[in-house]
Amino acid sequence: MRLVRKDFPILNRHIDGKPLIYLDSTATSLKPQMVLDAMDGYYASYSANVFRGIYKISERATSCYESARERIARFIGAKKKDEIIFTRGTDESISLLYYSWALPHVKADDTIVTTIMEHHSNFVPWQQLTKSKGVTLKIWTTDANGELNLKDLDSLITRKTKLLALTAVSNVLGTVNPIQKIIGIVKKLNPACLVLVDAAQAAPHMAIDVQAWGADFIAFSSHKMLGPTGFGVLWGRRELLEDMPVFNFGGDMIKEVHRDSTVFADLPHKFEAGTPHIAGAIGLGAAVDYLSGLGMDAVREHEIEITSYALGKLSEIRGLSIVGPREAICRGGVIAFTMGGLHPHDIAQILDEDNICIRVGFHCAQPLHEYLSIGATARASFYIYTQKTDIDALVLGLHRVKKLLG
Amino acid sequence: MDLYREIILDHYKHPRNFGVLETPDVKASEYNATCGDRISIELCVYASTRKRIKDARFSGDGCAISVASASMLMEKIIGMGVKDIIALTANDIIDMLGTELTPSRTKCALLPLEVLQKAVLSLQS
Repeated sequence: MRLVRKDFPILNRHIDGKPLIYLDSTATSLKPQMVLDAMDGYYASYSANVFRGIYKISERATSCYESARERIARFIGAKKKDEIIFTRGTDESISLLYYSWALPHVKADDTIVTTIMEHHSNFVPWQQLTKSKGVTLKIWTTDANGELNLKDLDSLITRKTKLLALTAVSNVLGTVNPIQKIIGIVKKLNPACLVLVDAAQAAPHMAIDVQAWGADFIAFSSHKMLGPTGFGVLWGRRELLEDMPVFNFGGDMIKEVHRDSTVFADLPHKFEAGTPHIAGAIGLGAAVDYLSGLGMDAVREHEIEITSYALGKLSEIRGLSIVGPREAICRGGVIAFTMGGLHPHDIAQILDEDNICIRVGFHCAQPLHEYLSIGATARASFYIYTQKTDIDALVLGLHRVKKLLG
Repeated sequence: MDLYREIILDHYKHPRNFGVLETPDVKASEYNATCGDRISIELCVYASTRKRIKDARFSGDGCAISVASASMLMEKIIGMGVKDIIALTANDIIDMLGTELTPSRTKCALLPLEVLQKAVLSLQS
C-alpha cells in the first residue's frame, strides 16, 4: 500500500516533544486531509441547506450530499442509493431498527438471536425487547478461541427466529465472522429470518458487498473509517425499509402536511428528519473515495501484516495474555490483552507518558468480558497508518509498565 | 508528570489496612462501571460516642491510583472524627496523593473517599 501517513496531519503532531503513537483506531480513526478539506469546502464555499433552495449554493449542497449517498452505496455494494439511510452512527442505525422494525413486527412468541461478542449497541436493544415485548433472546457464544461454531446455528435458528443480529468483526476479540456463510446457513434454516450485520468494525477494514453477503440490514459509523463523528449509515433491503414506519418526525421527511393528515416522504428521506449532517455526508463521501483509492484489499492486507507482527511481538511479553483467535488472518486489526494483575488503567496511563494511545475497559462489550471471566482489558488497534515502529514502541512501553508496577 | 511517584507505588504494592474487620460497625462499597473496580470499606468506631474512627480496613480490586488512595486514606482516618471525614473534599485527596491527576484518573482517586463517606453517613443514620 502506498505511504499514507503524510495524508494525516495529526501524525505530524508532537506532544511534550514526542510523536503521537495512535493505537486506538477501533474507537475512532484519524482523519486524512482530503476528508477535512471536503468538509471545510462545504462550510467555506457552499454552506447552504439541502433541498428546495432555488439558488446555486443550495443546489450544489444538495448534489454533493446526494452524491455522497451514491458513492457510499457503491462502496458497500448496495443496489440502490435509496437504501442508504443516513443516521448519527451505528448505535442510531440499530436503534432505528428497534423502533421501526422490531417494535411493530415482533411478538411475544418470537425469538431473536445475537452473539456474546456484540458491542452494547447491538445487544441492549434486543435484550430490551425481551422486556418490552416478551420475546426470547438467544445468545450465541464463542469457543475458547473466541470464534463462533457454525454448527450451533442448527439449534439457534428455528421457525420462530425473526432476527439474527451479529457483528462482522468483534471490537475486542478481533474475530472476523464468516458473514456470507452464516447468512447462507440461516436463510436455509429459516428463509423468513432477517439478518442484521453490525459492520462498524468491518466497513473501515475490508471490502463489503451486502448483496454477496445476503444481508437484510447493515449498520456502520463514519468516524471509524476516516470520516467525521456523529454520522453513520443504515443500509436495508428496499422492500423492508419501505414497509417500516417512520422513525423521527420533522422537516424533510414529509411530502404533504394537512390539518388532519400527513404524507411521508419516500426512501431514504422518510427516515431522515430535519436538516441533516450535510458536512458529515460529504466527509464520509470523501472518506470512501480515499479508501477506494487505496483499495480495500490493500487496506486489509496491511492490517493483517501489522496484526501478525503485533501478535508475535506481544506474545513474547511474559505474563501478557491475548484474547481472541491466534492467527492474524482470522482477526481484524485489534488486540485486547491482560497483563497478570496489572490494572489496564495503569497500563494505559504509563503508556500515555510516551504518547502511546490505547483504550482500556470493557470496550462497550461487558457481556463478553463477563463470559470470558476477565475484568477490564487493555486494547491496541491498528489502521492504514499504523507502522511496525508503533508496535515496537508499544512493546517497549509495556516492558516499562512491568518494571514500574511489577 | 509523576503520577506514579514512589509513595503511590509503595502504597499500591504494599497496601496498609487492607482486608476486613472482625466486627465492623459499618460497611460500604462502590463500583466504578468504566473499569469494573470495586472498593469496600469497613469501619469500627469508639463505642462510647460513636463519633471517632477506631479502626478501618479496605478491600477490593483497583488500579494503582485507587488502591494507593484507599490505603493512604485508611491511615489518615484512623482516629479521625466522623464530622471531619464528612468534610473531606476532592482537594484533600489530591493533596494527600501529592500528584497531578487527569480528569479520568480523578474518578479512580476519589472512589475510596466516596465509599468512606457513604459508610460514615450510614453510620450516622
